[in-house]
Amino acid sequence: MSAIHSRNPVYLARKRRNVVMLSAGGCALAFGLFWLAWILLTVVLEGGGALLRLSVFLEMTPPPGSDGGLANAMVGSLVMIVIGTSIGAPIGILAGTYLAEYGQRGWLTPATRFLNDVLLSAPSIVIGLFVYTIYVKQVGHFSGWAGAVALALIVIPVVVRTTDDMLRLVPNSMREAAVALGCPAWKMIVTITYRAARAGIVTGILLSVARISGETAPLLFTALNNQFWSTNMNAPMANLPMVIFQFAMSPYEDWHRLAWGGAALITFAVLVLNILARSLFARSQYS
Amino acid sequence: MIDVQLSAVLKSREDTEDPAPFKPKLRVRALDFYYGNFQALKSVSLDIPEHKVTAFIGPSGCGKSTLLRTFNRMYSLYPDQRAEGEVLLDGENLITSEEDVSLLRARIGMVFQKPTPFPMSIYDNIAFGVRLFERLGRGRMDERVEWALKRAALWNEVRDKLGQSGYSLSGGQQQRLCIARAIAIRPEILLLDEPCSALDPISTAHIEELIYELADEYTVVMVTHNMQQAARVSDWTAYMYLGELVEFDVTDNIFLKPKKKETEDYITGRFG
Repeated sequence: MSAIHSRNPVYLARKRRNVVMLSAGGCALAFGLFWLAWILLTVVLEGGGALLRLSVFLEMTPPPGSDGGLANAMVGSLVMIVIGTSIGAPIGILAGTYLAEYGQRGWLTPATRFLNDVLLSAPSIVIGLFVYTIYVKQVGHFSGWAGAVALALIVIPVVVRTTDDMLRLVPNSMREAAVALGCPAWKMIVTITYRAARAGIVTGILLSVARISGETAPLLFTALNNQFWSTNMNAPMANLPMVIFQFAMSPYEDWHRLAWGGAALITFAVLVLNILARSLFARSQYS
Repeated sequence: MIDVQLSAVLKSREDTEDPAPFKPKLRVRALDFYYGNFQALKSVSLDIPEHKVTAFIGPSGCGKSTLLRTFNRMYSLYPDQRAEGEVLLDGENLITSEEDVSLLRARIGMVFQKPTPFPMSIYDNIAFGVRLFERLGRGRMDERVEWALKRAALWNEVRDKLGQSGYSLSGGQQQRLCIARAIAIRPEILLLDEPCSALDPISTAHIEELIYELADEYTVVMVTHNMQQAARVSDWTAYMYLGELVEFDVTDNIFLKPKKKETEDYITGRFG
C-alpha cells in the first residue's frame, strides 16, 4: 500500500505540529495586539477629550490652576521637527545614495553601514547629551537650534538605512538598461533609480519624522522647554514631549489633562504619518 | 556599396564553404575576460560583419553573454570584472579607450534578457535616451518616438496610450518598447542578450521578424539559447564552449556542415 493516505503517521505528525505552531503564533499576536490596543484606548479615552476643546490649539501652556492649551508646544515641536528633518533627510539620502550606488569597493561602505546601524540604535539620550556638550555648553544656553540638530542626528541614520535598502532593491538590470543608452551614472541615479525607489525613500523620511515627533530625551538637554510663546530659535523652545513629561509628573489635575491631550495628539500624528507612508508604499507596488 | 557586399556574401554562400568576405564592424582580438579570478573568456578572436545579424550560441556559462557585454563595456559597472585584449570599433580599441564610456554606449545599443522598462510613461521611456544627446522640440521628439515605436512594430498597439506607464504593457510589448528605446538614439550596433527568453512564442515571432528587418540599418549581435532561433534570424553564427570560440561561420555552414565535431555534437543535440 502506498504511503500516501490520510492516516500516514508522518503526515499526521506534521499536521499536529502545524496546529501547535499556528496556535503559538496566534497567541503571540493576540498578546502583542492586546497591549497595543490598551495603550491606544487609554490615550484616546484620557486625551481625546482634551483635544476636543479649541483652547488646546490656541492658548499657551498655563501655570497650575488656570486654563490654557498647548499652542506654544505644538508650534515648537513642529518647527524643530521641520528643521531637523530638513537638515537630516538630505544628508541621509545623499549618504544612502553613496552606499548603494557608488561604494562598491573598499572598506568605507561596510564600515559606514556598521557605524550607521550603531547610530540607529543608539539611545536618544546619548544624542541629546552629545549635542549638549558640543553646542549648548559652548553657547551657554538651551535653544531651538540645539533641539533641531539633535533631532536631525536621529533622522540621519534612519534615512541612510532606508535609502540604502530601497536603492539596493532596484534591480541592477534597470541600472544596466539606463547605462546602456549612454546615460552617465549620476543621471541614471537621479532619473531612474531614485524614481524606482521613490516611495521607499519617502516612506523612510516619514517614518523618521514619526520617530522624532515623540522623542523626549534628545530635547531634554537641548531645547529644554518654554512656558511662553517663542519662535526664537536661539532661546529655549516649548515642545510636546517635554510638556507631556513635565505636566504628567506634576500633581495638578488640569496639567494631567493637557499632558494626556498632548500624548493623544502625538499618537494621532504618528498614526497618520504611518498610514500615509504605508499607502505611498502600497501604491508604488502596483505602479 | 553595401548592396555590392551583400550580394557578394549571398553569392559566396552558394559557391563555397569558406567564410565569405565582409566588412567587419567590430574586430575582436585575443580577448580575455575575468570575473575576479575566474577566466570567463579565453583568447576570443572574431570579426562581426556590418549590417548583418550575428548570433552567439552555446551551453549556459560558455561566455556568450560575457562576450556581448564587453562590446559596450557593461562590465565596467562592476569592480571585480575586467577584460584584456582588443575589441576594435572603427579601428579604436574599446577596452583601453580613453573616450567617455557613455558616448561609446550611445553608439552601441543593448537590449536585455528581461524587459526593463523605466518607471515612467511609454513616451518618456523612449524620449529618455534621446534627450541624453539631442535637444529636440516637442514636435520633432514626437516624430522620433513614433518612428522608433513603428520600427519596433509597437506603434499600433500603444499609439493611444503613450502617457501610460511602461509597466502597463505585456512582456512582449515591454521588450519591443526596450528595442524601440535602444534604436531611438540611432546606435550603429545593437546588442541583444537573449531578447526572447522571457517571451511567449507569438511575441518571439514578432521580435525575430523585427531583428531580421533591423539588420539592414544596424549591425545586430545577439545571444541566444535557442538554436532554431539562431538558424532562423542570423546570418553568421559563433559557437562557444567554456569561454572559447569553437567555430564561427556563415549560419548555414554552422548548421548544415559544421567543421568541428564539438559544434556538430551541440547542433545535433548530442550534447548540451
